[in-house]
Amino acid sequence: MAILVGKDTKVIIQGITGKNGSFHAKISKDYGTKVVGGITPGKGGQNVDGIPVFNSCEEAISELGKIDAACIFVPAPFAPDSIIEAADSGIPLIVVITEGIPTIDFMKAKEYATRKGSRIIGPNCPGIIVPGECRIGIMPPYIFKRGIVGIVSRSGTLTYEAVWQTTKEGLGQSTCVGIGGDPIVGTKFVEVLEMFEKDPETKLIILIGEIGGNAEEEAADFIKNKMTKPVVAFIAGRTAPAGKRMGHAGAIIMGRAGRWQDKVEKLKSAGVYIAESPSEIGKLAKEVAQKHNLI
Amino acid sequence: MNIHEFQAKRILKNYGIPVPEGDVASNPEKAKKIAMKIGGNSFVVKAQIHAGGRGKAGGIKIAHSPDEVYQIAKSMIGKKLVTHQTGPEGKLVKKVLVEKGVKAKKEYYLGVVIDRSKEKVCIIASPEGGVEIEEVAEKNPNLIMTEYIDTFLGISDYKARKLAKFLGIPAENIVKNLVRMFFELDCSLCEINPLVETEDGKILALDAKINFDDNALFRHKEIAQLYDPSQEDPRDVKAKKIGISYVGLDGNIGCLVNGAGLAMATMDEILLAGGKPANFLDVGGGASLEQVRSAFSILISDKRVKTIFVNIFGGIMKCDIVATALVQAAKEMEIKVPIVVRLEGTNVELGKKILAESGLNIITANDMREGAKLAVEKAKEFEQEAKNKRGKKKETYV
Repeated sequence: MAILVGKDTKVIIQGITGKNGSFHAKISKDYGTKVVGGITPGKGGQNVDGIPVFNSCEEAISELGKIDAACIFVPAPFAPDSIIEAADSGIPLIVVITEGIPTIDFMKAKEYATRKGSRIIGPNCPGIIVPGECRIGIMPPYIFKRGIVGIVSRSGTLTYEAVWQTTKEGLGQSTCVGIGGDPIVGTKFVEVLEMFEKDPETKLIILIGEIGGNAEEEAADFIKNKMTKPVVAFIAGRTAPAGKRMGHAGAIIMGRAGRWQDKVEKLKSAGVYIAESPSEIGKLAKEVAQKHNLI
Repeated sequence: MNIHEFQAKRILKNYGIPVPEGDVASNPEKAKKIAMKIGGNSFVVKAQIHAGGRGKAGGIKIAHSPDEVYQIAKSMIGKKLVTHQTGPEGKLVKKVLVEKGVKAKKEYYLGVVIDRSKEKVCIIASPEGGVEIEEVAEKNPNLIMTEYIDTFLGISDYKARKLAKFLGIPAENIVKNLVRMFFELDCSLCEINPLVETEDGKILALDAKINFDDNALFRHKEIAQLYDPSQEDPRDVKAKKIGISYVGLDGNIGCLVNGAGLAMATMDEILLAGGKPANFLDVGGGASLEQVRSAFSILISDKRVKTIFVNIFGGIMKCDIVATALVQAAKEMEIKVPIVVRLEGTNVELGKKILAESGLNIITANDMREGAKLAVEKAKEFEQEAKNKRGKKKETYV
């Protein structure tokens, strides 16, 4: 078991003929993911490394049957429309890699997709992976190893960091979900934590947060009240100055909201193990796994 | 993106929100002319910078004649104003806003922001204006009313009425127009603080702050033009031109990282190793070779930087691109400072090969912690050597 996706998940790539879309479609396919098609309006009939390209989601579905997940590489000005198209086509999981979508556009797309019953992961995220089964997004495959840790993160590259460390420690991962670095995201920490709590394969969770917003505080409340599995966390941005946007649209301390120390204190009080240094995430996870007799 | 108060007021005026009579001047002569045009014997001269706290710092002054306006404008323009929000270096005043003096009966607060947790735009109103809204929220939360706006419908009339009633002034249209503006212009924050009721019964936006969603500027060309580089760190301005995400800081280790989270974590790791970062720099996933090369040039030309620390965990960004960019930058510009490189992720072997074959003197690290430690050590050594050299020079003069 894992969460959200697996070896039978049928995936289409929206924006497959672009540079990143085609590069990562091929890696996902080689990884064993069922990448059954791609969408680029006006380029239907072509193929990308043997993956058939369609003009629209509707066309793809009439040819391929039910699709389980869409992965969006479409440029920011057009990505919200791709989300709406995927939702209208009844695709239940929409993973948005695109960075730079205007916040109000995404708010609308999310509300619309939610109404249609679709879940969005991202935007501005590295995607989701179940090691050895399914890769949707841009994560570098060689760092993963199937195992007991569920990873959920606002940052792409810090996810890789945690993955690599847990692989080297021999723990491995059950599922890794990059929820994205924007102020508003499709799926929040709490929702993924809830899935990990229910997933028998996941024994321990690593949460990677950063300054800005209050998603970590919400996660702390959930962990305190609803979770039995141990959680290890790292929060980036200890040294970030207030009022400056640190790369991610969502990583900004506004007034007194979104500060590093508040997040860390709240997580600590919820019983979360805090990694002080980003290089200690794997080591701490191993210690916690031993302490809780998980390995 | 931030804009100046005078620009925010022009936008408000376009949206039917009344502001005091006035205009902006970049020299004292023009300031005096504006005052003469306004007439009367009460004026306010306001320094235009991208920071709050101007009043207490002497950036807002009252004048009683056009000549006095001239004198005040002369004392402000071309100087740096230091407020509690600018940092010790202050911000350059290039323009002043000259306005007709307003006699306020009462001050109010109106703000529109995005509530990230509720995922909705919300409007915040308070009859307690002229102070920071966070302060009111802490001391008198019952003096704040928050209404959430439907993303598809916009603000309903009844909510505007409710907010106006709470404030006790006829501000329905101001409320509605402010929300409409927020959506139409893709704002991330609009604040009128204070909104005042004057003694002659007018409602005016006495001060205004508007921030825009950078990601939406592609469809608001007229707003993108309001960007004022004089209010930013010159290093940030250069990075913006290249199209990379950069924040200048005051340490001595120049960082080049992919991914915002990793870039922040790299700064944190440097701090834990006993050093200080000179910057936050996320080259991002989709950066071209040219952009990465230009990013290196910012670090190389930054005099603060005593060591460069490259920390890459490739996903969309491929390690070979970063390696090639570094080699090219090193060919174009002389790099005097040590370079510590840690590469991992997509195309890592290719990246390492390019660096190994380049003949550049690069210190490689196996992980982020080792990289940060090495960078801090090398920066210290480099500064020590520079000191020794300076010392020797002095001796020869003696």
